[in-house]
Amino acid sequence: MAILIYAEHDNSQLKSETLKLANAASKMGDDLHLLVVGSDCAAVANQASKVDGVTKVLVADNTAYEHQLAENVAELVAEIGKDYSHIVCAATTTGKNFMPRVAALLDVAQLSDVIGVQSSDTFVRPIYAGNAIATVQSSDSIKVLTVRTSTFDANGTDNSAPVEAIDLVKSSSISSFVSAELTKSERPELTAAEVVISGGRGMQNGDNFKLLDGIADKLGAAMGASRAAVDAGFVPNDMQVGQTGKIVAPQLYIAVGISGAIQHLAGMKDSKVIVAINKDEEAPIFQVADYGLVGDLFDVLPELEAAL
Amino acid sequence: MKILVPVKRAIDYNVKVRVKADHSAVDLTNVKMSINPFCEIAVEEAVRLKEKGVATEIVVVSIGDKSCQEQIRTALALGADRGLQIDTNESLDSLQIAKLLKKVVEDESPDLVILGKQSIDSDNNQTGQMLAALTGMPQGTFASEVNIDAGKVKVTREIDGGLQTVELSLPAVVTTDLRLNEPRYASLPNIMKAKRKPLEVKAAADFGVELGSNVKVLKVEPPAQRSGGVKVADVAELVDKLKNEAKVI
Repeated sequence: MAILIYAEHDNSQLKSETLKLANAASKMGDDLHLLVVGSDCAAVANQASKVDGVTKVLVADNTAYEHQLAENVAELVAEIGKDYSHIVCAATTTGKNFMPRVAALLDVAQLSDVIGVQSSDTFVRPIYAGNAIATVQSSDSIKVLTVRTSTFDANGTDNSAPVEAIDLVKSSSISSFVSAELTKSERPELTAAEVVISGGRGMQNGDNFKLLDGIADKLGAAMGASRAAVDAGFVPNDMQVGQTGKIVAPQLYIAVGISGAIQHLAGMKDSKVIVAINKDEEAPIFQVADYGLVGDLFDVLPELEAAL
Repeated sequence: MKILVPVKRAIDYNVKVRVKADHSAVDLTNVKMSINPFCEIAVEEAVRLKEKGVATEIVVVSIGDKSCQEQIRTALALGADRGLQIDTNESLDSLQIAKLLKKVVEDESPDLVILGKQSIDSDNNQTGQMLAALTGMPQGTFASEVNIDAGKVKVTREIDGGLQTVELSLPAVVTTDLRLNEPRYASLPNIMKAKRKPLEVKAAADFGVELGSNVKVLKVEPPAQRSGGVKVADVAELVDKLKNEAKVI
């Protein structure tokens, strides 16, 4: 039986998580069907057909799916997915929202935040905010999984898989989209960036995050924040890196004025190289940093920007 | 309107988690247990809705052995009206929990079910969504704001790109994110009063839900430790190391 992969996209662009998802799925089996659910999303379907390893692209293009509301998407994915051995999607807020609904409709368990695939039925996932790693085996007829894509490599895009339209429309009246306030940024997305620079409570206020701007520009970095900085209202929630925010694993992670609470570490400790800048030399962040610089960030940041 | 708040007894968030030597599970012997932080936010939100005059009754339910009555009492001290313990010694999956909660929803007919978005032990982030699916209710997950008006609930949700607002017809399921509210501390008089509030106990076995799990835990291990690196003296040394040693810039 084939594996159904749910494509992460915004109706115009296929997100890089999907390439990593295809990689994770290829460790479970080799007939991979990539499902694109959206509205006016032909461009995404086209990009999806190029993803290596994908044998078929399925497209459900309807206004009912424009905002990927869980109620509609779950009904659709459960109906299509009942003939598959696995249904996988990225552990983004989209996936976390609708996938448990799919699992419940199919009367099977869901495995959340999978970070390793040992075989078609055995998976590795973090529990207790990453303080323990569980290996679990599922005997469900359909395995429903969300995947933490940062731990998988991305598949290439040299393929040309056939694209097939799906004519199922699930449109419920119990929920509707009202509005979205999306952060607009020229910077790369946090979960896809090669370099991430994050500020914590040590930044003292939202204005001071501008000190990170120049460095982020020079490094082509995405900007993040600790939960303390978000809770204090310095920056919006979508910048939060940590167990309850975004999980990132860039080549370079620079933590500025972040003490290194366990829940923040859970979101960034798989980064290749970690730099910590903090004036408190006892801060726990230094225990995981490859390079630690003890100093006042208000002195260090301008110097660093100039040195790059 | 009536609000149902399911809560979970979980390891206290300040406890350092240790894996058992035989790698079978996390060691929970003599460890402080508390109400799961996201569930506490759910209770607080329900209490605020009652204080605003929107809600009239708050029912708290927890599934587990007798010890979870402690967390039900905590919720009652925060302002919930009555409690229900569904008694079982089994460790259940989110799906079984959702099936038991569905029965509670059928009995109680709440207008709103508020749950924490995830528990800090299994980190599944599933129960609310599964309950919504099983009962056919709409869902507003990862809520940072909840407004009820004219038979509808507007939920502002924390999503990867920012915030999204959806409108749901009632009854509905809402799951809480961190910034929805800051829970109050229970006052001593309220803790005393909570002891006299009704707490009903029902056996899970009587609900007609199959309680076996199809997911087997093979092993639980501590995570790979990252070793600390070096301290650099100044920015020049840092940039040099990043360029020539780590080769990441």
